[in-house]
Amino acid sequence: MNKEASTIRLSDDVSGKTRLIVAGELRTESIADVWGKARKHLQQHKKGHFIIDASRVHYCDGTGIAMLADLLLEPHRNAQLKIELEGLQAPFQRLLDQFDLGHFKPAPDSKPDTIPMAEEVGRTTSAMLKDLRMLVHFVGESTHGLWQAFRHPSKVRWKDAIWTMEAAGVNALPIVCLICFLIGLIMAFQSAIPLKQFAAELFIANLVSVAMLRELGPLMTAILLAGRSGSAFAAEIGTMKVNEEVNALQTMGLNPVRFLAIPRILGAVAVTPLLTLFANFMGLVGGWVVYASLGFPTIVYINQIRTAVTLTDLWGGLFKAAVFGLLVASIGCLRGLQTRIGASAVGVSTTRAVVSGIVFIVLADGLFSVIYYVLGI
Amino acid sequence: MKESIPEMIRVSGLKCAYDDSVILKNIDFTVTKGEVFIILGGSGCGKSTLLKHLIGLYPPADGTIHIIGKDLVHASEPEHVDILKNIGVMYQSGALFGSMTLLENVRLPLEEHTDLDMHAMNLIAHMKLSLVGLGDYIKHYPSEVSGGMQKRAAIARAMALDPEILFLDEPSAGLDPITSAELDDLIRRLAESLGITFVIVSHELASIFAIADRVIMLDRETKEIIADGSPKSLRESHPNAKVREFFNRGKLDRGKQSTMDTTKT
Repeated sequence: MNKEASTIRLSDDVSGKTRLIVAGELRTESIADVWGKARKHLQQHKKGHFIIDASRVHYCDGTGIAMLADLLLEPHRNAQLKIELEGLQAPFQRLLDQFDLGHFKPAPDSKPDTIPMAEEVGRTTSAMLKDLRMLVHFVGESTHGLWQAFRHPSKVRWKDAIWTMEAAGVNALPIVCLICFLIGLIMAFQSAIPLKQFAAELFIANLVSVAMLRELGPLMTAILLAGRSGSAFAAEIGTMKVNEEVNALQTMGLNPVRFLAIPRILGAVAVTPLLTLFANFMGLVGGWVVYASLGFPTIVYINQIRTAVTLTDLWGGLFKAAVFGLLVASIGCLRGLQTRIGASAVGVSTTRAVVSGIVFIVLADGLFSVIYYVLGI
Repeated sequence: MKESIPEMIRVSGLKCAYDDSVILKNIDFTVTKGEVFIILGGSGCGKSTLLKHLIGLYPPADGTIHIIGKDLVHASEPEHVDILKNIGVMYQSGALFGSMTLLENVRLPLEEHTDLDMHAMNLIAHMKLSLVGLGDYIKHYPSEVSGGMQKRAAIARAMALDPEILFLDEPSAGLDPITSAELDDLIRRLAESLGITFVIVSHELASIFAIADRVIMLDRETKEIIADGSPKSLRESHPNAKVREFFNRGKLDRGKQSTMDTTKT
């Protein structure tokens, strides 16, 4: 199908009017040049009477109609101009007549105004306060939900909780073990160099065991949990929110926090200390590899660990892990429930779940350090 | 001598299948320029599947599809893009981009496929939205307008490049009767004035009778086309009772039922 090109030229009328003769086929793919030239002609003449002669237009698609409308709208921008249209074939004229050009206000070309800084600060502060209020509300609601779960265990959706334990616990075991093994290995290697200067390589076992059991085991497990499961909770619940499944729960008289968040929180709280146990063990194995490569027998490594750490260190670490699990799962669920509308909203919620999950883990860890110090643990 | 009307779509021996499950087979039809062509059938008969094959989203298990003379099935990547520039698609859900305003949604194909400046693109997008009654909502995001308005904006986006063929998946579903009638009017006007060819998946009988030049009806049991013709001819004189029943909104069945009831009493 051959398509004819469009052309434009100016010609002076005997009556002193200027004729803008448009010819050919006005099609989307070939109209850009003609449109630009036509506007240029009109804008060059500050005043005058123009006649757009469209009698030689054989075809005119929607973009062609838009061009003619744009030219006819020029007097709205410059009152000194007068423009008339002549000779447009009836079917195309009918398409143009669909628009009430007298009242048509074209969209502005400029980008939307930027928001003033003061307004931006106000908006951000308001959003933060709103977020804080929602956090308090969620903490209250989930505490109540957990209390209800404790009082009426049969009402908890244990199937979901067990699924969470599998997804956040069992499936995370390989990556947690690998990371903590490497952490133990790296820590032992790094400490071997300075300790060798004092002939104190023997105490690598003390350093690795104390650091893993009290601090790094729970912390690394929680950070991995935030990256794997906190984000997954936010994405799952966020997608449900976008698909209006959360609204459906509410209209069925079901509390989304009790229905969606509590099983995930219970699952995460149960599984994090267990994961931490494996993390601690693999960290110690990593330290042992370095220890053995330095020529120390395994029994010395075990004896050094027994003198360095107590059961209180282990329990302290596991308790911290349970609290971290609670924080990660709660924040993941909260961010999921805060999801707005649209495809990007789920991505935003997931990112927020991971970032705020890690921030809260570190804050809680700092708080635990102070509390354990005061209690002498 | 009578001028022949150009053929826009030719489907020959099309078989649509997901893995081993055959959805449609022996599908043959042609659609000519300016025709409003409706794909009709009961739920689950493969209407949307056929549409997705026609727009190149799914490769057919067998058969050929020609769009404006070009082989869609064996087209190279650049040829495929060329074919797609000539078609516009409106999805059942609208499928607008949530991070863009309605104006930006409609402007997007123009930005990607034309040399027009921003002023021209804004005006075209605004006019397309005005055409579907959304001229006052250009700065709204899809989440800020109703489902019906999203659907109308999706039609405006499908028309942005003035394609030669428009594929619409259930355009009237979820619209109020007045908007639906306006949309029917718009489809007829575009088909008659600009010669745009419409391929529409629809259930709305009132709308079908108002706009359709030709209807094909798919059947879930035989997985084939069981009727092809104008809606009026199918309703009044098609030999297949299933087709007549569909067009008479199950009146035949209900009629039979009431006769039985009368017999009982």
